[in-house]
Amino acid sequence: MTKVTMIVNGKAVSREVPDETLLSDFLREKLRLTGTHVGCDTSQCGACVVHVNGRAVKSCSTLAVALEGAEVTTIEGLSNGELHPMQTAFNEHHGLQCGFCTPGMIMTSVDMVARYKSEGRKLTAEAIRTELEGNICRCTGYHNIVRAVEDAAGKM
Amino acid sequence: MYPLKYHKAASVDDAVAILTKGDSAKLLAGGQTLLATMKQHLAAPGDLVDIRAIAGMSGIKAEGDTLVIGAATTHAEVAGNSDVAKLCPMLASLAAGIGDPAVRHAGTIGGSIANNDPAADYPAGLLAVAATIVTSKRKIPADEFFDGLFTTALEEDEVITSIRVTRPKRAAYAKFRQPASLFALVGVCVADGAGGVRVAVTGAGDDGVFRHDGLEAALAAKWSADAVKGVKVASDGLLSDIHGSAEYRANLIRVMAGRAVAAS
Ligand SMILES: Cc1cc2nc3c(=O)[nH]c(=O)nc-3n(C[C@H](O)[C@H](O)[C@H](O)COP(=O)(O)OP(=O)(O)OC[C@H]3O[C@@H](n4cnc5c(N)ncnc54)[C@H](O)[C@@H]3O)c2cc1C
Ligand code: FES
Ligand code: FES
Repeated sequence: MTKVTMIVNGKAVSREVPDETLLSDFLREKLRLTGTHVGCDTSQCGACVVHVNGRAVKSCSTLAVALEGAEVTTIEGLSNGELHPMQTAFNEHHGLQCGFCTPGMIMTSVDMVARYKSEGRKLTAEAIRTELEGNICRCTGYHNIVRAVEDAAGKM
Repeated sequence: MYPLKYHKAASVDDAVAILTKGDSAKLLAGGQTLLATMKQHLAAPGDLVDIRAIAGMSGIKAEGDTLVIGAATTHAEVAGNSDVAKLCPMLASLAAGIGDPAVRHAGTIGGSIANNDPAADYPAGLLAVAATIVTSKRKIPADEFFDGLFTTALEEDEVITSIRVTRPKRAAYAKFRQPASLFALVGVCVADGAGGVRVAVTGAGDDGVFRHDGLEAALAAKWSADAVKGVKVASDGLLSDIHGSAEYRANLIRVMAGRAVAAS
């Protein structure tokens, strides 16, 4: 067991957990932040993507105890009263059906838009598709997800 | 996952000490391969030694014409680094094509080459530019480092600390992606660098990354995409699976070599 302290969605949290605890389990079971979904648990589907120190990572492939002092943002931490522009865009463009992949899609997309903006690169529809390669959706067929990301990118 | 003890190594010596004492201890870098392997019970280390917090283990610097890349440097950092862009842009584009963004934010160059997956990208890139792998014990030329499927020259208690790459005159990597895994179905790196003219192939060999004599001879004679067109690539010793037969991969090697030269 190791005591780990991290900042999750802006608040410091400490828990004593077994060393093998995955960040996905830490978030869902210790903190009850069940917005982070676990689809495959083998780093293929991207449903579990969260931000660690500002970068998108798969929480099913990260050990919680390795994150002492880290800043973690989950889907629950995106909105501050009002929905984040990416959440609104997914809603408006029907970028989700069952919603299982959505938290990971949104966390990946927010990271993507922020990265392209900071590097001054143009985020084309083609680039969005490439960037979403690690996020699998079994419902939408992706078109509306790409539209949502394009729309939100203009508003972020 | 099953019970294990996590250690955050403070120095390379510290990491080596835990590796030596531990219960089938293993190093942990990005965890992008190791954690999945552990979930499948293909590896069951009792102790995990995280090397990412060791000073100097990540980051990139240029020493004259040589790039020195810390073993725990992520794929995203290699892809976006300005020294890499200047001295060996091939490596930047290779790193930018590994997996997906989340994998690139966590996965490291040291973890990738220590794992030596037969379809991984770095082994081809580093073999083609005759990189040197620096460890806690010695300096290993890439030619001696990659030793077959998931096998390297590393000893049990040896830690990769950095990778040294001397600026090649020209180099390029062309990858034909396996769309489900994102790894290379075939990846070919062509380089004219510290090791002379080299062509290294990943994703295709049934014993991991290898150099192709015929393609090297053709490019040494004339560096042009046309020069590789007439080269015969045999299917002996190539992988054959549901994604492609050995003959299909043999043809792809020639095609990807041509594309790499065209892009160099
Ligand atoms: C969805 C997905 C897609 C991927 N696509 C690609 C791809 O397209 N191309 C590609 O090449 N790879 C791909 N990978 C693999 C990825 O590049 C991994 O990051 C890499 O193989 C392992 O690096 P790591 O830092 O995560 O290492 P870890 O998983 O932490 O470790 C891997 C192994 O290396 C050892 N190790 C780690 N660091 C050192 C060191 N410094 N010295 C000695 N031993 C060490 C560990 O003990 C372990 O045995 C993919 C992975 C995933 C999950
Ligand atoms: S649950 Fe993490 S990638 Fe699928
Ligand atoms: S909306 Fe159902 S998996 Fe994407």
